[in-house]
Amino acid sequence: MKEKLQKELKRWEEESVDNTLKRFPERKDEFITSSGIQVKRLYTPIDSDEIDYSKDLGFPGEYPFTRGVQPTQYRGRLWTMRQYSGFATAKETNERFRFLLEQGQTGLSVAFDLPTQIGYDSDHPLAQGEVGKVGVAISSLADMEVLFERIPLDKVSTSMTINAPAAVLLAMYIVVAEKQGVPMEKLRGTIQNDILKEYVARGTYIFPPEPSMRLITDTFSFCSEKMPLWNTISISGYHIREAGSTAVQEVAFTLADGIAYVKAAIDIGLDVDKFASRLSFFFGSASNFLEEVAKFRAARRLWARIMRERFHAEDDDSCRLRFHTQTAGYTLTAQQPDNNVVRVTLQALQAVLGGTQSLHTNSRDEALSLPTEDSVQIALRTQQIIAHETGVGDTIDPLAGSYYIETLTDEIEKRAMEYIEKIDSMGGAPKAIESGFIQREIHNSAYEFQRSVDSGEQVVVGVNKFTVEEEQSFDYLRINPAAEAEQIKRLQDLRKKRDDSKVKKMLENLRSCAEGSVNLMPAILESVKEYATIGEICEVLREVFEEYKAPDIL
Amino acid sequence: MSSRKIRVLVAKPGLDGHDRGAKVVARALRDAGMEVVYTGLRQTPEMIVEAALQEDVDCIGMSILSGAHMALFPKVTELLKKEGVDDILVIGGGIIPEDDIPALKAAGISKLFGPGTPLEEIVEFVRNNVKKA
Amino acid sequence: MSADKLVEGVLKGKRRSLARLISMIENEDPSADEALSTLYKHTGKAHVIGVTGPPGSGKSTIVARMTAELRRRVRTIGIVCVDPSSPFSGGALLGDRIRMQEHTLDSEVFVRSMGTRGHLGGLARATSDAVRAIDAFGKDIVIVETVGAGQSEVEVVELAHTVIVTDVPGSGDDIQAIKAGIMEIADIFVVNKSDLDGADKKVTEINAMLDIAPNMEDWRPPVLLTNANSGEGIPELVDKIEEHMKYLHESGTLETRGLKRSREELEKLMEYKLTRELLTKLQGTREYDEAIKKIAERKDDPYTVAERLIAEFLVKHRE
Repeated sequence: MKEKLQKELKRWEEESVDNTLKRFPERKDEFITSSGIQVKRLYTPIDSDEIDYSKDLGFPGEYPFTRGVQPTQYRGRLWTMRQYSGFATAKETNERFRFLLEQGQTGLSVAFDLPTQIGYDSDHPLAQGEVGKVGVAISSLADMEVLFERIPLDKVSTSMTINAPAAVLLAMYIVVAEKQGVPMEKLRGTIQNDILKEYVARGTYIFPPEPSMRLITDTFSFCSEKMPLWNTISISGYHIREAGSTAVQEVAFTLADGIAYVKAAIDIGLDVDKFASRLSFFFGSASNFLEEVAKFRAARRLWARIMRERFHAEDDDSCRLRFHTQTAGYTLTAQQPDNNVVRVTLQALQAVLGGTQSLHTNSRDEALSLPTEDSVQIALRTQQIIAHETGVGDTIDPLAGSYYIETLTDEIEKRAMEYIEKIDSMGGAPKAIESGFIQREIHNSAYEFQRSVDSGEQVVVGVNKFTVEEEQSFDYLRINPAAEAEQIKRLQDLRKKRDDSKVKKMLENLRSCAEGSVNLMPAILESVKEYATIGEICEVLREVFEEYKAPDIL
Repeated sequence: MSSRKIRVLVAKPGLDGHDRGAKVVARALRDAGMEVVYTGLRQTPEMIVEAALQEDVDCIGMSILSGAHMALFPKVTELLKKEGVDDILVIGGGIIPEDDIPALKAAGISKLFGPGTPLEEIVEFVRNNVKKA
Repeated sequence: MSADKLVEGVLKGKRRSLARLISMIENEDPSADEALSTLYKHTGKAHVIGVTGPPGSGKSTIVARMTAELRRRVRTIGIVCVDPSSPFSGGALLGDRIRMQEHTLDSEVFVRSMGTRGHLGGLARATSDAVRAIDAFGKDIVIVETVGAGQSEVEVVELAHTVIVTDVPGSGDDIQAIKAGIMEIADIFVVNKSDLDGADKKVTEINAMLDIAPNMEDWRPPVLLTNANSGEGIPELVDKIEEHMKYLHESGTLETRGLKRSREELEKLMEYKLTRELLTKLQGTREYDEAIKKIAERKDDPYTVAERLIAEFLVKHRE
C-alpha cells in the first residue's frame, strides 16, 4: 500500500509537476513556516504514516489530549470570550467591564497599569506618567472594591494579568468577594503569576528568581487548599512570542518554564496531582495559519507527556494543558488599521481550530493606542461570528487527520522537545534565563524577522507591499488626563482615613514572615484587609528580598 | 586608522518592559557600524541624560509603548538643555499617536518612528542628523 | 574643543570634559595626546583594578557589586567597560551599563563603555589612556572590565595595580584562559556563582595550579568564592583588594612595577609614534606601492625593503 503510493507520488511528480514547473516556476525556491520548518508541495498519507492514532492522537478529553481537553469541546460550551481590558481609574474600568458583560462577554480580564504591576503606588516617583496608561491603577483594596462594584464575583470568572505582585492582587480579590458575600472556594479565575517570562520577555519583575518562586509556590499551596476553582498560574508563551520568538520557541520556552514551576512546587513538598490541574497556559496566535493550529495541538500533547513521563502525574487532569489565547499584537499594523480586523479574524479562527479554552481578540487600533469602545466591540463580534455563524465548533478538532497538520504537529513537538532538552542540560529554565540563552534565541528570531520584513521577503500587507498614502484619521482612545491626579488624590485620602497603627502592625508581621519561610498568603491577606497599599506591601518585600537586577544581555 | 564612530544611547524610559523594538534597533545601528550603549529597562529621564553625558553619545534613542511618552520624552530634552547640551540628537519610537507628535517635536525630539518603520530608515536618519563634528 | 579647555574641565571635575576627552582618545585624535601630556602630572593617584575572565563568568555583576561595596567605604570610582566591536561592521553593542544602573545617578561614579574597535595604537593603549584621564579627573579607584580572557585582555589588565581573574565552576575553557598567561598576572582569583556545583572543586584546582606556579612575589593570590547575584563574598573580595593595595605600598612592589610600567609605556609609545610617522609618510605614495608589488612578485624581499625604507626615513629626519 505504502509502496504503491510512493510510486504513484513519484509518477505525479515526474509527469504532472515537472511539466508544470517548466512552464510556471513556483513563487519561491522554498516555502518555510515562521519556525523555519520546510513546507513540502504536498502531504500524503506517507507523511503521517508513523502516527499511532491511539497513542499519539487519542480522543478528546483523554490523554495525551492532542485533540482537545474536553470530551465535548465547543459542542458543550463555547470558549470563554475574554477581552483584556483596563485603563485609567478603577471607576472607568468598571464601566468598561460592565459594558463588555452587557455585550455578551463571558469572562473578565483585568489589565493593570505598570506601577501596579511593578508594585508601586500611583504616587511613587517612578509611576509618573504611567498611572492608568496600559491598564487600571490599583493601589489598594479601596480601588479593587470600585473595580468590581456591581459585578457579581460568583458569576464571572476573572483573569488578572499580574505577575510579580500576583499574591497581593489575589488577596485583594478574595477580600472584595468576601465583602460581596462570596466565599473564596467559589471564586473562578486566573492570576498570571508567571515570573520567568517576565525576566525573559515582558519586564515587569520585582524580586530575584528565588523569592519570586517562593511567592508563586505559596499561592499554589494556598489555592490548592482553599480555592479549588482558581487557576494559580497562567504560564505564558504569548509574551515570548510578542518578544519575537518563533512558534516552536514559544512552545519550548513556555513548557520549559512550566517544568520549572512544577519542579519548584514538588520541591517544597506539594503532591503533583494536588496542584497540577490548576496550572493553565497562555499562547499567542500569529500569522502562519496552519502552523499555529498545529502548535496548539503539539503543545497539548507535549505537556501531557512531560507531566506523565517526567513528573509521574497519575491524574489525567494534571496532564491537561488548558490555555487562553490572544491574537498576536505584533502582527497589527499602524498602516491601514482596518486590515487588522481581517488578521484578527484569521488568528481567532486558528485558536478555535486549535482548541483554545478562552480567547482575546485584539482591536484594530492597538498599533496606534489603547482601543476605543467601537474597536473592542468589533473584536468581540469577531469571536461571536466565529462561534455562532461558521459552524467550526460543531465537531471536535476538525483539522485532525490532515496529512499536513499531523506532520506539522509532530515536527513542532519534536523541535520544541529538542530545545527543552537543551535547557535541561543547562540546569532548567531559570539557569537558561540567567545565562541569557533564552533571551538571545528570542532576540535573534526577532531581528531576523524584522530583516525579512525590511527586505520584502516577508510580506506585510500595507507596510511593505500594497501600501497607500494615508492620513491618520483614527479616533483613538485618550486616557482621561486627569486620571493620574484623581487616582493620587484618592490614594492620599485613603492613607488619611485608614488605621495606620493596624497597617503598620500587619506590615511588620509580613516582614517577619518574609524573613522566615512560612506561606506569605495569610500575612498578605491581613495587610490588604487593613488597606495597606500595594506599594507598602511590596516595599517590605523589596527590603527583605532585594530587587532583581537584569543581566546585561543584548 | 580607526575613525570617529557614531555613538548612540538606546534607552527604555519609564516602566514599560517591551524592549523588542529597542533591541532590534540597537542591533541594526550596530550592524551599520555605530557604537550602541544600551541601558536596559526602567530608566528615569535623569538616568538617561547622565548616561548620555558620561558616554559622550551623539544620539539618544528612546522607545516607549506604554503611553507615557508625553511625560517622559520632553523631560529628557529639558534636562539636556539644563546641562547646556545642544549637540545630542534625540529621537523616539513606539506607539505614539499622531496628535502627540507636534508637541514632542516642539520639545526637541527630532523624529518619532512608529510601528512598521524599516530599520534602514532609522539608521539613515541617525547617520544624517547627528550634530557633533 | 581645544586641548587646554578639556584639561581645564577635567581638572575642575567636569564630567562632560572627561567624557569628551575619552572620545578623543578612542578616535585617536592628536589633541588627546596633547591633553594627556598636560594631565600627566596630575595622574598616578588612582588605584587601578583590572577584572578579566571568560564571558559568562559574571564580570559586570561583580564590578557592579564591588562598586557598591567600595562606595560604602567612601571611595570614588571610575569604570571602563570594554565590549567587542563587530569585525564586520565596526559597530558594537555596549551593554555593561545595564548592570551598573544603580550607580548611574551617583556623582561619585563615572562609567564609560568602550568598543574594542581596531585601534592602531592597540586597545591596551586606548584603555590605559582612558584610565589615565579618569585618574586625572580625581577618582580614587578605576576599574577596567575586559571583554573576555584572551591575549589582548592580558595586555589590557596589565596596566592595573590589582588584577582580578574571574571564573565559574565547571566550564572547561577557563583552564585554557589560565594557560593563556592569566595565571601569572592574577593578584586575586574569584570563583563566581558559588551556588553552582563544582565551585569548591574549582577553588581547589586553582590553588593546585598556584602551588606549582613559580612565585615571583611575596603575595600569594587568594582564591575567593562569590555569588555576585546575591552579593555573597563581595565584602571579602573588597577586603582582599585593600589588602593587596597595602601590600603593594609596603613591599615596594608598587615602585618597581611603576618603573617597569613607565619603561614599557615609553617604549610602546615610541614604537607607535615612529610607526605612525613612517606609515603616514609612505602609505599612498607610488614608490611604496611599487615596493610592495615587487615584494609580491618576488623581485625584491621584505627584509631588504624594510631596512631601506627605515634607513631613508631616518636620514631624512636627521637633515
